Amino acid sequence: MALAEEARQKAVQAKPRLTEAIGEVLRRRPLLQLSVILSPGILWLTLFFLFPLCIVLAYSFATRGTYGQIVWHFTLENYRRFFDWLYIRTFLLSIWLSVLATVICLMIGYPFAFVMARAPRRWRNALMLLVMIPFWTNFLVRTYAIMFLLRNEGLINTALQWLGVINRPIPMLFTPFAVVLGLVYGYLPFMILPIYASIEKFDFTLAEAAQDLGANAWRVFREILWPLTLPGTIAGSILVFIPSVGTFVTSDLLGGGKVVMIGNLIQQQFLTVRHWPFGSAISLILMAIVLIATLIYFRSGEERPI
Amino acid sequence: MERPVDVELCDVTKVFDQHVKAVDHVSLQIYQGEFFSLLGPSGCGKTTTLRMIAGFELPTSGDILIEGRVVGNTPPFKRNVNTVFQNYALFPHMTVEENVAFGLRMKGVPRDEIRQRVREALHLVRLNGFENRYPRQLSGGQQQRVALARALVNRPRVLLLDEPLGALDLKLRKDMQLELKRLQETVGITFLYVTHDQEEALTMSDRIAVMNAGRVLQVGTPLEIYERPANRFVADFIGESNFLEGQVTRIERDTATVVISDRFPVLAQTHHGIQPGQRVTVAIRPEKIRLCIPTSDSQNEAGALTGTVQDIVYIGTDTHYLVRIDDHTAIRVRVQNAQNRLDSPDSIRRGTWVVLRWAPEAARLLTE
Repeated sequence: MALAEEARQKAVQAKPRLTEAIGEVLRRRPLLQLSVILSPGILWLTLFFLFPLCIVLAYSFATRGTYGQIVWHFTLENYRRFFDWLYIRTFLLSIWLSVLATVICLMIGYPFAFVMARAPRRWRNALMLLVMIPFWTNFLVRTYAIMFLLRNEGLINTALQWLGVINRPIPMLFTPFAVVLGLVYGYLPFMILPIYASIEKFDFTLAEAAQDLGANAWRVFREILWPLTLPGTIAGSILVFIPSVGTFVTSDLLGGGKVVMIGNLIQQQFLTVRHWPFGSAISLILMAIVLIATLIYFRSGEERPI
Repeated sequence: MERPVDVELCDVTKVFDQHVKAVDHVSLQIYQGEFFSLLGPSGCGKTTTLRMIAGFELPTSGDILIEGRVVGNTPPFKRNVNTVFQNYALFPHMTVEENVAFGLRMKGVPRDEIRQRVREALHLVRLNGFENRYPRQLSGGQQQRVALARALVNRPRVLLLDEPLGALDLKLRKDMQLELKRLQETVGITFLYVTHDQEEALTMSDRIAVMNAGRVLQVGTPLEIYERPANRFVADFIGESNFLEGQVTRIERDTATVVISDRFPVLAQTHHGIQPGQRVTVAIRPEKIRLCIPTSDSQNEAGALTGTVQDIVYIGTDTHYLVRIDDHTAIRVRVQNAQNRLDSPDSIRRGTWVVLRWAPEAARLLTE
């Protein structure tokens, strides 16, 4: 009688115990627990990042058919072809313009971030708004706006001619200058925000301590502020450099086909020339080089523990 | 005693945001080689005073002189003073050695000399062997020593210390107090020490300036400050005091009789300018009062007060009594536990009728 009662109670309790049991298993196996928590993210990345990347990798070893279709005939030709001076030059130009854009962003962004972080609280939001406002407008519209400014009959040239500073319009659009300007304009907020975050965290009594020990303003910056805000600077530089080096819209619109960057090359291979295997190979080479450069850059900032 | 003055403040006032008066007409002279403390509750202006001497703030009016020269708006990095900050402000990306060497490096001292002086400075604060550690790998006390070494290595004229022991626990703080005093005597540099801890100030200082609400209320040696407080704030802030308000009825040589609550005459040492009939406050420290069981003639004894014990608190070294004299007056008395209180239980309990006595010179008349 007592045994039957006990069995009945066990049956009643069985249901909630199932979830408890799962919980128990997960608690005992932290690795399993971790994979359960991470599974949505892993699934997403596998499906939309790793899988397409594998396709691109496979394409890069394939051959182009007569009509631009993929022929699954293994070849290294796509990689070999990249080391043509024509392509190398394009690649170096991309790197050069991106480095230039990154350095200019840093030179504008660091002082701006500094002022923003040191401004009284009520000003800080207004300044932050100034940084964010461009994001509310479409990137294409903003790029067209720059075109409107730089054209031969654009605002700047017209104004300068009207003032009598110049006789003939200065060609500005469709030059490397225009592309760099577009890159700086487009990616400046990505430089400002991480630097702002690290300056905002910076303890300014350290600057006072350095001053107290005989450091003038420049040395306070060089010896204290700069090294301690380096993580933000590195993050900002990477956030500007990587999209710059792969850009094709900015260089297309502001370079007007005269400034060809690696992004345009890839775009052409996929859309115009329909040589998907070569386009894939360039993409992967670009990715590999940017990855290596970024790792080296990261390392340089990790000399010392902070 | 004519000693050279290292730091002098002449009528210095600092006003923040046009109306917040942080420092209010402060004049001070700090002598060469002395351990001088600015003592006061938080917000009394002591840190602002220190920051003005360091050069982080400029006075709204008045002059600051270091080594006899008006510093005006000389920037901090050109002043011959160094600061030990409250939170140490060690450079987190530099090792102990690099932190200590920083000031010398900024002044362009040759490499070999830097090495030598850094080693000496670390030896002075007993931190040899920690050269290559980073600040976050050190305990609070060790970080404190690095901050000291980093300032002292420059051999400044004056070392400014802004509550440097505030972040340490009690035991460590006591050790560091003695250590700081030892250091100051070893190097012979003038120390200007800011603290809100009266015990700390009394322990270490040669002289103390007590500040409140931006003003300096009294300057003197620890003994003078404690034994002869200039006013009620000082008497209350430094140590503990009983305040009895009353009227002077008689002055006989240097002893005044003051009647409190219109009934009880007590005795206190008088000083210049006290007149019979004047309303005064008698300040008397709890440890200077003797507490006895009354005898038959206690009632008539001059200057003795009688009352009932209202409260007894045992705190280890001492026992505190609260004795009620009348409805308006209760007096705190502190008796040192000279005997083992377990072996000789106190005959005085709550409700016991007791008599309080003190020597007239132990009580002080305050006129404000």
